Amino acid sequence: MTLRTTTRRSTLAAGAAAFAGLAMPAVLRAQPAGIKLGLIHPVTGPLAFSGNQCRIGGQMAIKDVNEAGGIKAMGGAKLEALLGDAQLKPELAASLVDQFAEAGAAGFTGCYASSLGLAATQAAAKYELPFSIDSGVADSLTSRGLANTFRLFPSASVCVNGAVDELEGLNKQAGGPVKTAVLVHENSEFGTTTANTLKEKLPGIGIKVLDVMAHATPTRDFTNVVLRIKEQKPDLVIISDYLNEYVLLIRTMVQQRVPSGIFSVFGGGFSLKFAKEQNEISEGVLDFNNWWNTKAPETAAFRKRLDAAGVATTYEVFFGYYAVKLLADAFERAGSADKKKVIPALAASTFYPDMLPYNPTKFANGQNEGAQGVGLQVQHADVKVVWPEKFADAKAVFPRAKG
Amino acid sequence: MISLSILEAGLVNGLLTGGVYALVALGLTLIYGVLHIVNFAHGSLLMIAMFGGWMLVSWAHLDPYAALPLMVVIMFVIGWGLYAGVIGRISGGDDRRILLATLGVAIVLDNLALVLFTGDTRTIETPYQFAVVEAGPLLLSVPKLISFGVAIVLALLLWAFMALTDTGRAIRAVAREPDGARLVGIRPGRIFALSYGIGIACLGAAGCLLLPSFYVSPQVGNVFVLTAFTIVVLGGMGSFPGAVVGGLLIGVTESLGGLFLGESLGPIGISLVFILVLLFRPTGLFRAAR
Repeated sequence: MTLRTTTRRSTLAAGAAAFAGLAMPAVLRAQPAGIKLGLIHPVTGPLAFSGNQCRIGGQMAIKDVNEAGGIKAMGGAKLEALLGDAQLKPELAASLVDQFAEAGAAGFTGCYASSLGLAATQAAAKYELPFSIDSGVADSLTSRGLANTFRLFPSASVCVNGAVDELEGLNKQAGGPVKTAVLVHENSEFGTTTANTLKEKLPGIGIKVLDVMAHATPTRDFTNVVLRIKEQKPDLVIISDYLNEYVLLIRTMVQQRVPSGIFSVFGGGFSLKFAKEQNEISEGVLDFNNWWNTKAPETAAFRKRLDAAGVATTYEVFFGYYAVKLLADAFERAGSADKKKVIPALAASTFYPDMLPYNPTKFANGQNEGAQGVGLQVQHADVKVVWPEKFADAKAVFPRAKG
Repeated sequence: MISLSILEAGLVNGLLTGGVYALVALGLTLIYGVLHIVNFAHGSLLMIAMFGGWMLVSWAHLDPYAALPLMVVIMFVIGWGLYAGVIGRISGGDDRRILLATLGVAIVLDNLALVLFTGDTRTIETPYQFAVVEAGPLLLSVPKLISFGVAIVLALLLWAFMALTDTGRAIRAVAREPDGARLVGIRPGRIFALSYGIGIACLGAAGCLLLPSFYVSPQVGNVFVLTAFTIVVLGGMGSFPGAVVGGLLIGVTESLGGLFLGESLGPIGISLVFILVLLFRPTGLFRAAR
C-alpha cells in the first residue's frame, strides 16, 4: 500500500486542477452556439455539376464568414453547414428540409433547380424558417406569397424581359435580320416558364414564334428536333435547357448544318469551358444568363481562389456564395438567428453582392428587384458580357458571323 | 403537319439511334438474359467505359476507334475482376444478393466518378465528329453509322461465340443447369465471371463508339440503362439478334413518337410497344440461345 502525504504544494496543485475542471464547462458555455444552415442541392444525378457548384459557393461563404469572426452581433457565432443531396427529386428536397429543421437549422439555401426549390421553400414555410434561394429562376418561387422565401438573384421573367430587350436592341442595330424564331426548352418548371414568357413577348418586338418544342431531361438524341427546326427555317433558335442537353442540341444543329443563329436564355451549357473547349460550335453563340460582374475588382481575386481550388468558375458558385452571405448579413443585423427576427431583417435587406452585375438591392415580396441577367457572347473562345452597356466588356457580333 | 422527308429522316435516325441502344443492350442480354443477373451496375460500367475512352482520347491522344480494342480488354478485366472479386463473393449464388451486390457496385462507381471527375459534362473533339453522309436530303451522322455497323457485327460475333464454341456451350449449360454443368467438369463460378467479363467488355466497345457523338458525365449510364433492360426483355432474354432488333425497334419507336407526340410525350411509345410485345409474345421477339 502506498501512503500519500499531503503537502501545501500538492493541495495547491489539486485546487488549481479542480478550478480548471470547474472553469472549463463555463468557458465552453461562453462559446456562442453555432448557427446551422441547411444547404440543399442536387449533388448527384443529372444536375450534379451545377448543384455541386452551388454547394461549393455556399461552403466558401461559410468559411469566409467564420474566418472573419462569425456573426459578431451574436458574440462571434459560427455558421455550420448541414449538407443535403436532393438529387432531382422534389420530395427529397422537402424531406431534407424536415430533417434539417429537426436538427435545428436556422435557415436554408438551395436548390439550383426550380422544381426542387418549389418543394423545399414550401416545406421550410411550414416551420417559418428563412430560405435564401441560390439559383432557381421560376417566378413562382417568390410569387406564391411565402413570407420565408427570398431570392437575391433574378427571376425567370426578369431575365426573359432582359433577353427580349437585348434581342430587340441588337436586331434594330443590325437592321432587323431576325424575323422568326423557334423555341426549344426542357419541359420542367424552369424551361417551360421561360419559353412561355418568350412566346408571349417576342411578337411584341417583331419576332414571330414559328414553333415551341419541349424535351425531357435527359434527352438522348436531338436529331428529330433539329430536323423540325431545319424544315421551318427560323432566323433564330432560342434554347432554354440544362447543361447536357444544351451541348447535345447545339452539336446536332452544327452537324445537321442548321443555318439559323443561336440565342439561348439560361443556356445550361453556356460556360467558359463551352467557349474554350468547343469553340468550333460555340463561337458567336449568344446567351442571356446569370453571370458575374467582370469589372468588379473583387471578382478577379475570387476567380483566383476558385482556380487554386480546382473549381470551375461558373455563376452557380457566386450564387451559392451570396445566398449564404445574404443570410449571414440578416443574422448580423437581427443580432439573432431567431426566425421571427431574421425574416424581417431579410425583407428589409439592402445587402449588395459586389461581384454580381446588379443594381442596388431592394426586396419586394421576397424578390430582389435590383437583380438582373446579362447578355453574353462567345468571342474568340472566351465569354464576353455584351449587354447591358454598364457591365459590358465587349460589343455583340449580331447576327452571328458565319463560320 | 409532318412532311414525308422529315418522316423518312426520323425513321432513318431512329434506326441509327437504335444501333446505339443495341450496343448497350448486347452485353446486358448476356448478363441478364442468359445468366439472369439483374446487373444494376450496367449503366455505371458504361459510364466507366466512356470515361476510360475519354481519358485515352484526351490524355493519350488516341482516336476513339483506336482506343476501342484497348477498352474492350480493360472492361473485360474490370468485369471479370468485379464478378470474381466482389459480386460472386458477396452473392454466393443467391439472386437477391446478386441484385444488391450489383446495386452496391453501381452506387460506389457513380460516386467514385463524381469524386474523380466531378459532375461536369465532357466531350471529345475529333476531325469527324460532325461528319455526315449525304443521302438525298438526309444527313447521316458518320459516328452513328459506324456504331450501327459495329452493333450488327458484335451481335453476330456474340451469337457465333455462344452457338459454336465450347465456352459458349458451357455458358449456356451453366445458365440452364449449374449443378449438371458442374458434374460434367464445368466450373460455374469461372463461367459466370467470364460471361460477366464478356458482357462488360461489350460496354468497352459501346463507350468508345458513343464518344464522338455523345457526352460523358457520371450520370451518363442512367441515360441508357433502362432502355437497355427494356430492349433485352423485348428482344427475348439472352437473344443477340433480339437485342439488335429490339434496339432498332425502340430507336424507331422513340424517334417517330418524338415526331408525332413531341419530345416530351414521345417516349411513351416505348412503353406502349413494350406492353404490346409482351402481351402477344411474352417471351420476347426472339428465342434466347439455349
